[in-house]
Amino acid sequence: MPELRYIQAVNAALRWSLASHPDTIYFGEDVALPGGPFGATKGLYDEFGKSRIFDTPITEQAFLGMALGASLTGLRPIAEIMYVDFAFVAMDQIVNQIATARYASGGRNKAPLLIRAQQGFSPGSCSQHSHSAEAYFAHTPGLRIGLPSTPDDAYQMIRSGVQSDDPVLLLETRMLYPTKGIVRLDTAVEDIGGARTIRAGKDVTIVSWGSMVPSALDAADVLTARGIEADVIDLRWLSPLDMTTVIESVSRTGRLVITHEANLTGGFGGEIAARCAEEAFAHLKAPIVRIATPDVHFPAAPSLQIALLPNAQSIAEAATRLVGYQK
Amino acid sequence: MENTFRELCRIRLFEERVLSLKEGGEIPGSVHLCNGQEAIPVGVLSTLEPTDWVSATYRGHGWAIARGVSLSQLFAEFMGRESDLNSGRAGSPFFSSLKDGFLGENSIVGAGAPIAAGAALSAKIKATGQVVVVSFGDGAVNQGVVPETLNLAAVLDLPLIFIVENNVYSEMSPIKDMIRSTTLVERAPAFGIPGVSVDGNDVQAVADASYQAVERARAGKGPTLIEAKTARLVGHYSGDAQQYRPAGDLAQARLDEPIARLKLKANSDLAAQYKAIEDEVAIEIEEAVMSARAMSTPNSTTAKDHVYA
Repeated sequence: MPELRYIQAVNAALRWSLASHPDTIYFGEDVALPGGPFGATKGLYDEFGKSRIFDTPITEQAFLGMALGASLTGLRPIAEIMYVDFAFVAMDQIVNQIATARYASGGRNKAPLLIRAQQGFSPGSCSQHSHSAEAYFAHTPGLRIGLPSTPDDAYQMIRSGVQSDDPVLLLETRMLYPTKGIVRLDTAVEDIGGARTIRAGKDVTIVSWGSMVPSALDAADVLTARGIEADVIDLRWLSPLDMTTVIESVSRTGRLVITHEANLTGGFGGEIAARCAEEAFAHLKAPIVRIATPDVHFPAAPSLQIALLPNAQSIAEAATRLVGYQK
Repeated sequence: MENTFRELCRIRLFEERVLSLKEGGEIPGSVHLCNGQEAIPVGVLSTLEPTDWVSATYRGHGWAIARGVSLSQLFAEFMGRESDLNSGRAGSPFFSSLKDGFLGENSIVGAGAPIAAGAALSAKIKATGQVVVVSFGDGAVNQGVVPETLNLAAVLDLPLIFIVENNVYSEMSPIKDMIRSTTLVERAPAFGIPGVSVDGNDVQAVADASYQAVERARAGKGPTLIEAKTARLVGHYSGDAQQYRPAGDLAQARLDEPIARLKLKANSDLAAQYKAIEDEVAIEIEEAVMSARAMSTPNSTTAKDHVYA
């Protein structure tokens, strides 16, 4: 099993998708001839040709609508939104059209399409290229939403998304594209959904997804040095949402820290907190804490960005406070 | 001509019955009727194959009927019944029937255009020879997604025919106040595609323009924009009092609408045939209403079904 960078795993998964699904096509801005700004589609145009992968004009709502129409009539398109911030241009197609296609038809129509996007801050990115947008979409029934945090998950979750009969939105993390990991290229395609416990501990549960997962693991190292053992959960999919894994963990540890890069208010952490309060209240030994980017727009200057982002230290401090909490 | 009259009449009487059912409380919500615009779907559909796709706006009942969607199922869907169309999930403004080649209405102005482009993309990639027709109103030309889709369809050479039904009102505002150009069809050359303007109340004129566009699309030469000039005999929605229409506007529309035109040209024999057809269609409509009334409302335990596969 090879060690690949996250972006190479994306590329491998897209190659697999086009090779194994004759009804899959790929389109978006600068994806064919240029191979994508991050190299996600590098080499695919040469390999599969313009009938399978092609460039569109800069017209997010038109090409997402086109993906919907193609999926309603027998194809399994993958449409790439270069930065998730650009998906806001196409919210009507995502929320009013793609997400409703099955329900509004009484289950007669299906829209098996995959939208790939990447998100989050990077040094110098302004607020219009830094959104962590998952909560906007997680509010909408009908969409499946995944946030891979590792090269292997990028590979597996893209393949799962291509095979899903629901519309799937995958939000990758641009800052994780250079990270390396073992990728199981020949494993069976997984069904969508399922959280993963990536570190076992008894004292506190840390739930995260996407970009903050490496920081959650680093926080667990900091906590170990303090004699605190954290259960770290990578949620992976916000829809379908695997609360079973979270509730099981919180029921054991009695403490919960949720961390995400998205802004605090209305972030998906609030949903996890509410569900734990509803379903695991009796087990809680301390308040639930969210560690997120505060409610500001992302600045371009790296010094300001770092001042806003959650990190291993802020997560570990929150967990330590919970362990010392006295009712 | 008798068949054309029957097609027009079926749409008109259907819409009139929808209004009376709405006013009688049997159809919930507002409805958007196409009275006066019937010649456009009837003319266009006469040039399509059963395997081709059609997409419409929320003023799309006429397109579905011309496509052959069951009248009783339409009434049932509008009444919130467990219809074979969408089980009461879509209603009057958003129903679809893929099995009839009807991609659906869309209750977001202009939003059906790219979805129709997607069906055209499927046809092109799978080399099926199908074409796709998308209809929208004059107001939709100001919605960004429509010009975006005109360009996208042009650069991809999609087998897509854009029909803009220019009824001169952008919902409840005169379109002349909303655009600076004098026609809508003059936008076509900006996208490098042919544009044709036709009398939208003349079934044959519509069919002739559509035939050319369909031939071109099937030959792989890409999209066409057809502007079909028409007039609404009704408001934007069922409760629209239409105070914004100048004196004489509606009276002129009634003189020039497609059914009135056919009647005006008919000799006494043909007029008698038209009357007979109207009576037959009225019975057909009433039977469809009865059939719809006999359908059950959806089981409330299914309200959460069909969100996901």
